Amino acid sequence: MSVDKDTVRRIAKLARLAVPQARLEPMAGELNGIFKWVEMLGEVNVEGVPGMTSVVAQKLKWRKDEVTEGGNADALMANAPGGEEHFFTVPKVVE
Amino acid sequence: MSRTIKGQTGEWEIVIGMEVHAQVTSNSKLFSGASTEFGAEPNSQVSFIDAGMPGMLPVINEKCIEQAVRTGLGLKAQINLNSVFDRKNYFFPDLPQGYQISQYKSPIVGEGEILLDMKDETITVGIERIHLEQDAGKSLHDQDPDNSFVDLNRSGVALMEIVSKPHMRSSEEAAAFLKKLRAIVRYLGTCDGNMDEGSMRADVNVSVCRVGGYEKFRADGSFKHLGTRCEIKNVNSMRFVQMAVEYEARRQVEILEEGGTIDQETRRYDSKANETRSMRSKEDAHDYRYFPDPDLLPLELEQAWVDAIAKSLPELPDEKRARFIAGGLSPYDASVLVAERELADFYEELAQGVDAKAAANWLNNEILGRLKRDGLSITDVPVSAAANNAIIQMVADQTISGKIAKDLLDIVWTEGGDPRAVVEARGLRQVTDTGAIDAAIEAVIAANPAKVEEVKAKPKLAAWFVGQVMKQTGGKANPAAVNAALKARLNLPDEG
Amino acid sequence: MSELTSMTLAEARDALAAKKVSSRELTGAFVQAIEAARPLGAFITETAEKALAMADASDTRRATGATGALEGLPLAIKDLFCTKGTRTTAASKMLGNFVPPYESTVTQNLWNAGAVMLGKTNLDEFAMGSSNETSAFGPVFNPWRARNSNANLVPGGSSGGSSAAIAADLCLAATGTDTGGSIRQPAAVTGTVGLKPTYGRCSRWGIVAFASSLDQAGPMTKTVKDAAILLTSMASVDPRDSTSVDLAVPDYEKLMAGSIKGLRVGIPKEYRLDGMAADVAALWDKAAGWLKDQGAEIVEVSLPHTKYALPTYYIVAPAEASSNLARYDGVRFGYRADKPHDITDLYERSRGEGFGAEVQRRILIGTYVLSAGYYDAYYSRAQKLRTLIKRDFDAAFEKCDVLLTPSTPGPAFAVGAKTSDPLEMYLQDVFTVTVNLAGLPGISVPGGLSENGLPLGLQLIGKAFDEATLLRAAHAVETAADFKAKPNKWWTA
Repeated sequence: MSVDKDTVRRIAKLARLAVPQARLEPMAGELNGIFKWVEMLGEVNVEGVPGMTSVVAQKLKWRKDEVTEGGNADALMANAPGGEEHFFTVPKVVE
Repeated sequence: MSRTIKGQTGEWEIVIGMEVHAQVTSNSKLFSGASTEFGAEPNSQVSFIDAGMPGMLPVINEKCIEQAVRTGLGLKAQINLNSVFDRKNYFFPDLPQGYQISQYKSPIVGEGEILLDMKDETITVGIERIHLEQDAGKSLHDQDPDNSFVDLNRSGVALMEIVSKPHMRSSEEAAAFLKKLRAIVRYLGTCDGNMDEGSMRADVNVSVCRVGGYEKFRADGSFKHLGTRCEIKNVNSMRFVQMAVEYEARRQVEILEEGGTIDQETRRYDSKANETRSMRSKEDAHDYRYFPDPDLLPLELEQAWVDAIAKSLPELPDEKRARFIAGGLSPYDASVLVAERELADFYEELAQGVDAKAAANWLNNEILGRLKRDGLSITDVPVSAAANNAIIQMVADQTISGKIAKDLLDIVWTEGGDPRAVVEARGLRQVTDTGAIDAAIEAVIAANPAKVEEVKAKPKLAAWFVGQVMKQTGGKANPAAVNAALKARLNLPDEG
Repeated sequence: MSELTSMTLAEARDALAAKKVSSRELTGAFVQAIEAARPLGAFITETAEKALAMADASDTRRATGATGALEGLPLAIKDLFCTKGTRTTAASKMLGNFVPPYESTVTQNLWNAGAVMLGKTNLDEFAMGSSNETSAFGPVFNPWRARNSNANLVPGGSSGGSSAAIAADLCLAATGTDTGGSIRQPAAVTGTVGLKPTYGRCSRWGIVAFASSLDQAGPMTKTVKDAAILLTSMASVDPRDSTSVDLAVPDYEKLMAGSIKGLRVGIPKEYRLDGMAADVAALWDKAAGWLKDQGAEIVEVSLPHTKYALPTYYIVAPAEASSNLARYDGVRFGYRADKPHDITDLYERSRGEGFGAEVQRRILIGTYVLSAGYYDAYYSRAQKLRTLIKRDFDAAFEKCDVLLTPSTPGPAFAVGAKTSDPLEMYLQDVFTVTVNLAGLPGISVPGGLSENGLPLGLQLIGKAFDEATLLRAAHAVETAADFKAKPNKWWTA
């Protein structure tokens, strides 16, 4: 499987990354090198092998249903670019 | 109720499925400790976790797990003791993490069913699955010409996504499904079902096919017998669900009849224009790149824990309805009463020790009408079920007449007070004393000699006399006793 | 002054306890050293004022007898740990001005123990790299230079700033994070000690996430004993991290004591790569001999899936990273591109301008391997490989108690030497990634010098949550290696 610059453009779009035109072809080359290398995983017989769904052998911890956070809009907004009062602002979105 | 649409080239069947997003009733969010209360100041109920800040991690709320299981049990569904949380990756300003924690391949609840009591039949609508997921924040697009504003209060609130099988065949069934589902979750206390607050939203899938296609689909499960479906997103009232389905079905039939094809797409219902419109953007269909969330571990439930929840379930609408019918109510009356738990509870208290039907009639005819007139709901009723029960009892044991009972209700409705005490204080007791009745009859006869002659010729006019006697006694005479005494006095023949 | 800064953590602890020096004096010495060592580029943010204030507070506490486990000890913090009120950048333009309103669990543990923060150390951007050359705040230079050479060398990565700071005596110790080797590899090439604990031992809460199922915070120090001391304070059971394991934290300093007589040391044969550098191979063999001399039993073991570990890592890590980094979108914090004309432009340019090339490359790899049609062939398959790699270790640990391997294929290399081909850089982690994939603890200890006079490290790998045995074995290697060499100070402000 190899990627061309159109694929790079498509993946970049999915990842919301602006990749300059000039970088598309070189990036495709770099990615192809990496994907070619990982192809070797295809050699391994993984039949019947479960994926590692959790690294730790432990049950998921459950939290009590209590309100313990929130109520600090100032701290929340402190790093926000151009926040309007207590709203986060983005260019108008058309849904 | 129409299950087919008549087009120009023939008849078409409608097939409907629904995905309902129901906000879980809990104090805090699914993976953070921020509050879930509705209507707070913007961004005042947001944990750093909900805001997707660097280094933040999710920890699951035990109550939300319980509520999902409870809902599953209420829908007679399979509870999956092992399930997995997956990330659904996409970009949108109200999705701070850039992914939603949801469940993709292994949801917490499997197949179940909901029964719909339609006018002529009971329909079973299959439930495909229920899973838990995070709700997104809210964007406001109309506050400013150039910008949209984002409020993350809702970001991270637990949602149950309840997915039906495509077993609904008409817009009425679609509305009935949503109504029943809402009743069930309200009975269970797992979701408040307040559609106007956004606690419950429906994505409705609609397709049409030639008559016969649906039967084939039910027989072999193959979707090739059905038409291409469109999804109408975020419909937030039952009325709109019905209207949206009707519009969309018609739209699809028109296209197909002109020889066109239906594009599988997402649409939005515009209630002002009563139409659905395509939401499709120029970009590719979403590739969500689901993968198991590595910040969480698989969710494991103990069977004993699930069983304990099952034991704690309240009586649900279907069971309550069956019990009411067994107690003497008509299926229709029973259905009306169980639609809201508060109404059913009110009814049960109202019907203590009195005839079931009489109680149902009193509720339907007297109480509901007055509530509607005053813009109140059953939870705000000014006269308690116990007080109403007393009124019904007094009618049953002849203490007061039916007419006086209505007047009595009006009195305690506006002025309060104990009905029995009011009856005594205002002398509303029914008059059954034959002496008083005879005296009243004499008075009416004496004042209306001409009518006496008329009634002998036309015995049916006796009703006029009864009315006069009732007036004479201030409405308190027992009508049956008046009737009997009058007939005797005027020598009227007994009518069968 | 340099007597103060050249102490180990344990020595400083004793000196403070004996009131031979105050935290204020000690901290002051390091503050000066850091200022003078700016050409190394080890720090992104120096917090001199805060450090001195914390030192003073510590001295006050000590006067009342209230001392914590790390009382008054000045430490450097990798700029991936969110520190409340102090800029935390992850070495990225994306977080160039981000001031966290919260403190990471690990660093909070350190402050609770009385430690002092000297500053935030440099790293590869978003912890992605093995040479600290991808930082948006400039590269870090290794305090070590090759014999007869003036070429600047890399300090390893991603925790290059921490490793350089320790090697140059700019702090007593530092925190690092390790996802594929980012503590152990820089420790190895700077002649210092670096420990990656078992996955789940230290909390990840408040650490800028790279790859959630692989990331682990750990101590970077001058000695193995120091690593044990620092780990004991860093580690905790954290209810805010669902992957934090419910095991009480023991006193690792106490537990590491004792001889290694009878310890079974496994030598995995697949780690002997074709064309392995002679000095690396020789050191590895020598180390086996050291342990044998101290009473250990040397056992050959096999980890058959070793060669698949690196490609597996380069599917799993980028995949998780592509999702973890989706939150950096210019909306709620971080870099926002100028005058975006719509939301898509806001996302694309903020991320395109805010992220460096390596980060972008990994996001693209990750997005691709998770995308429709490729998930099964790549990510799903890689997760199965992880299971097989873990099983290899489980089988090996039936026959031994720890494993001994080289830490890296070679010593520090020149800045710019491996930046033309990403794959060449990735190969730096060939001995370390297996450990992250299996979630096991691993440590790098300085073993000796390469042919050109640069430090080489030896890695020990332990059983899950058996840091005690790991530290004991590492101490044995350290004792035998007796690595006393220090870099010649070529840097001045």
